[in-house]
Amino acid sequence: MTRAGAVALNTFREAVRDRVLYNLVFFALLMMAAAIFVGGISIGIEELVIKSLGLSAISVIGLLIAVFIGVGLVYKEMDKRTLYALLAKPVRRWEFLLGKFGGLVLTLAVNTLAMAAGLFAALLYVKHHLERMDAVLLIAVYFILLKLMLVVALALLFSCYSTPLLAILYTSAFYVAGLFVQEMRTFHFAVPNPAMEALFRGLSYLLPNFENFNVMAAAAHGREIPGALILQNTAYAVLYSSIVLLVAAAVFSRRNLK
Amino acid sequence: MCFIDGWAELPKNESMPGAAIEIENLTKDYPYGFLHLKKKRSLEGLTMQVEDGEVFGFLGPNGAGKSTTIKLLVGLIFPEAGTARILGKPITDIEMHRDIGYLPEQPYFYDYLTAAEVLDYFARFHDLTAADRSERVARMLKKVGLETARKIQLRKYSKGMLQRVGLAQAILHDPKVVILDEPMSGLDPIGRREVRDIILELKREGRTVLFSTHILSDAEMLCDRVGVIVGGKLRGVGAPGEIVGMKAHGMEILFELPASGTSAAAIVAKATKTGDRYRLQVSEEELYGALEQLRAVGAKILSVAQVKASLEEYFMHLIEADRAQASAVEVSGK
Repeated sequence: MTRAGAVALNTFREAVRDRVLYNLVFFALLMMAAAIFVGGISIGIEELVIKSLGLSAISVIGLLIAVFIGVGLVYKEMDKRTLYALLAKPVRRWEFLLGKFGGLVLTLAVNTLAMAAGLFAALLYVKHHLERMDAVLLIAVYFILLKLMLVVALALLFSCYSTPLLAILYTSAFYVAGLFVQEMRTFHFAVPNPAMEALFRGLSYLLPNFENFNVMAAAAHGREIPGALILQNTAYAVLYSSIVLLVAAAVFSRRNLK
Repeated sequence: MCFIDGWAELPKNESMPGAAIEIENLTKDYPYGFLHLKKKRSLEGLTMQVEDGEVFGFLGPNGAGKSTTIKLLVGLIFPEAGTARILGKPITDIEMHRDIGYLPEQPYFYDYLTAAEVLDYFARFHDLTAADRSERVARMLKKVGLETARKIQLRKYSKGMLQRVGLAQAILHDPKVVILDEPMSGLDPIGRREVRDIILELKREGRTVLFSTHILSDAEMLCDRVGVIVGGKLRGVGAPGEIVGMKAHGMEILFELPASGTSAAAIVAKATKTGDRYRLQVSEEELYGALEQLRAVGAKILSVAQVKASLEEYFMHLIEADRAQASAVEVSGK
């Protein structure tokens, strides 16, 4: 486990030195602009606009990092052959994968928390105070992080056996499909087709359900988020990511390096 | 039986009790073509041993199967058939990796790290304490001559400097077996000399070194034994001295002509002049006749020596024989 930790810390260090966290500057500028100008164009709903804009930006920026860096996690190491010297050390391939996964999730966690701090700062600037209900935003941010963890697991899996371009396509396709799993479960054809409906239903249970992680609207309006949903989403994200990582490890453990 | 005209067959590498590396019938195919349905055999039934404490050179032209063998040994690729053991442990055993050091061909490391950071990173996989890591990293950087560049990111390193980092990470944890894939590649003469010195030092320390190369002079200089691989097949194993001594190419006479001597004589015309001296190569049967003729023209004989084949000549013979065999198979196939 310490070996996976060493890989994770190195992956985090790589992200920092490759200036991945520079996106925070963009986010900070966005929040500052929103805080300064939103009052003038949306009297009375400044808070809602800041919260919605902030959470959406955290989600989109996180997704871009998760997909674009995630697909290169393994491929880049194989392509540049940095992996060769490492795999000759007493490190198992699954430990390497787990480390790469952990490193990017750590990067995203630091990034997401920094953006969340920026969101609260903008909110404080607009409202001049924070309320207890604003803490719901933290749950929305936590769900975004769980979602990003799942996306990283998928990107890592595709990174193990395909090129970055294809891996981006596969990961994006899974993400988009995962936003519509509820619709897939209740989908009915104009002309009844039980076989296709069963196929869609089956697929909806196999695909990652990203819809469950979207509580941005509720958080922006200050509505309570049930504790059961927090537990359910946490368990779901951990379990689904673990299964995806197991598949990735199985694929990668027999992979011949060129 | 001779396997190449004029060359005695090299001894096959038979199992020995003190073998550090034992390879048995290792075979590797690489898929290619549409859907990877076709397969090209890169290594065919390789069986050999590397003795404990010896420096073993793995020789062969590009694409002969040297790197494939090494990658199989360190677990980067997997064989179609066959097995291998290092220090008695199967290559599939993760514990085996504690005892080996590996330098990949044309190594490339994380370019955002400094040399000290990359060595510290690799040291972490050997369960060393922070103090031990720090001491070893400093010692290795000194050994490979990168002390002053320790805080420079690897993206600013030259190819030769990266090679030194690669060598340092391979021996950082005091491995018993060191496997180096083309360690002299990309190095200037000084760098090559330094790598040679490190290999000799590893040998003095009692470590086993297996390295691949196509620079034959390095192999002649460093190796206790060499294995020659061509077209994925091991063609022979032996001491460089055994190999180069297997076929005498005749005799060489070194002589000088006095000022009064005639350089127009037929025997002198056959010789090659270098400075004031002449070199003449003749067969063993012609030796005494040539000496008589040289004496007749007043030549001063400086030395007479047997001309032995170089490792390079042996190497070229193997490659030519392999090509001839391949084209013979092609012709008979048609």
